[in-house]
Amino acid sequence: MATLEIKDLHVSVVSEDAPKEILKGVDLTIKAGETHAIMGPNGSGKSTLSYAIAGHPKYEITSGSVTLDGEDVLEMSVDERARAGLFLAMQYPVEVPGVSMSNFLRTAATAVRGEAPNLRHWVKEVKGAMADLDIDPAFAERSVNEGFSGGEKKRHEILQLGLLKPKVAILDETDSGLDVDALRVVSEGVNRYKASGDVGVMLITHYTRILKYIEPDFVHVFANGRIVESGGRELADQLENEGYVKYTGKAEAASLS
Amino acid sequence: MAALSTQPHSHGAVVPVTSRAEHFTSYDVEAFEVPGGREEIWRFTPLKRLAGLHSGAAATGSAAVEVNAAAGVTVETVGRDDERLGKAGVPGDRIAAQAYSSFEDATVVTLPGDAKSEPTTVTVTGAGAGSVAYGHVLVKASQFAEGTVVLDYRGSGAYAENVEFLVADGAHLQVIAIHDWADDAVHVSQHHVKLGRDASIKHTVVTLGGDVVRITPVVQYAGKGGDAELQGLYFADAGQHQEHRPFIDHSQPNCRSNVTYKGALQGEGAHTVWIGDVLIRVAAEGTETFELNRNLVLTDGARADSVPNLEIETGEIEGAGHASATGRFDDEQLFYLQARGIPEEQARRLVVRGFFQELIAKIAVPEVRERLEAAIEAELEAVGA
Repeated sequence: MATLEIKDLHVSVVSEDAPKEILKGVDLTIKAGETHAIMGPNGSGKSTLSYAIAGHPKYEITSGSVTLDGEDVLEMSVDERARAGLFLAMQYPVEVPGVSMSNFLRTAATAVRGEAPNLRHWVKEVKGAMADLDIDPAFAERSVNEGFSGGEKKRHEILQLGLLKPKVAILDETDSGLDVDALRVVSEGVNRYKASGDVGVMLITHYTRILKYIEPDFVHVFANGRIVESGGRELADQLENEGYVKYTGKAEAASLS
Repeated sequence: MAALSTQPHSHGAVVPVTSRAEHFTSYDVEAFEVPGGREEIWRFTPLKRLAGLHSGAAATGSAAVEVNAAAGVTVETVGRDDERLGKAGVPGDRIAAQAYSSFEDATVVTLPGDAKSEPTTVTVTGAGAGSVAYGHVLVKASQFAEGTVVLDYRGSGAYAENVEFLVADGAHLQVIAIHDWADDAVHVSQHHVKLGRDASIKHTVVTLGGDVVRITPVVQYAGKGGDAELQGLYFADAGQHQEHRPFIDHSQPNCRSNVTYKGALQGEGAHTVWIGDVLIRVAAEGTETFELNRNLVLTDGARADSVPNLEIETGEIEGAGHASATGRFDDEQLFYLQARGIPEEQARRLVVRGFFQELIAKIAVPEVRERLEAAIEAELEAVGA
């Protein structure tokens, strides 16, 4: 049973000026089988939380701890974290020119699984996973994310989620910029991953609409660098109706209507 | 790719001090001053390491030229008085003129007209460490010829030459020049391309070895509809100086050119220079041109100079542009690959291979592609990147 435990996490962003504290004491525990929605207004630090857990060099952990099944995540390099079972579906996936998607996926799967996947099974596995997400097989020969639309990038993030099978997945605004069809396809991909085993999901979102497709067990409101309120599904419904004004002092909708 | 400096312009943003049109050329070495190092065309080049090629060094040996010709392709060794020589262009600096004044015999490779021929390889082996040699090669693609010539440079010594490519009307020539010299070699070469009406050239320069390598490819158009695709791939290690100075001289209407050079640098004192000149003369209406140079600096202590120059003398063009970017590894790319479990070292290799991939993919000879992929792999092994 995988457990991601975040305790009193303080994180600053490294910039040319003085470092700026973004996360101001985050406490959160995600156990296998649980889906936690992290909801918050723009600039509240949601994305910083995801990047800090994944180990992006731009963010500096000033205090606190992050452990995965008791192992100190903060001591690990970025790739070690991924191999330990963490996955971050990024809000803005990066383009890597000249590296084909198929080569990238196979290299990543080899690294995470600890051995090269059997070629015949692998080809079948990738084809099936791409078909599940309505991805044209031609994408396998294109450079990683290069020239992909926003929706295509997000589908490929979820494709990687399905193939790399992490213990805990952090989805950073995977719903942003998706049209209705793409949102459904991507959400189904996340639900397949959830159904595939004892896995934990941290679903970071600004809007409630993805929660119509992915059922959260817990909802946390994130504001000013920390979790300010936690609850169940009903908290999302409340945000849907009232927005974030209660937490930020200014009106910002959590629904699109 | 994050860049330390980028200079994307539309056109005309960089105007050289003197027009490329007034650039001096001559077959006679004595018509040129011995360069002192401050001249615009020499200021990046380490003259002290040129073994006297720029200051009148006499030949002490000769490079061995071996041609593996495809069926239908003729190969001749001719004297310096052969009247076919010198037609593709005039030497544009003192070393090219020195080579033109000094070579004893020339190799002439002729691709048959109205026919498609398999790749022909010309292997040039330096005369040996401490030697000075001069040479001359002429590649003629006859009317409506279609074929590939690989120039393969190996060995030691100082070697200066002119290489001519006369591409007749409607001919399509692919050229791949691979500079895979030994560590001591000094190589200064001017390539003269002359394109006939509706002729095309795909010209690839690969520079891996040598102490100092300076290549100046010049493209001229003899008729309408010419198409020049120039690409370059270089990898400089500690102490190596690699200089590429492509010049496209658009003097005819409705011609096209596209220049893409990419380089990687690693190690103390690795130095690359790219000077990309494009001149669109008054008569060259309907010209379409773009030039690009990208450099990937892999370690501290390496330096890439990149200067695109675009001169436009007519407003009646299809399009003209240039871009230059020199950067370190893109941290975001590394983060993305590592976030998928790929170890840092492997992620770096993927990024470098990817950087060169678009150029390698365009090389039509599979053996050359494989050789280049292996060479890049070996370079990366060497630095442990």
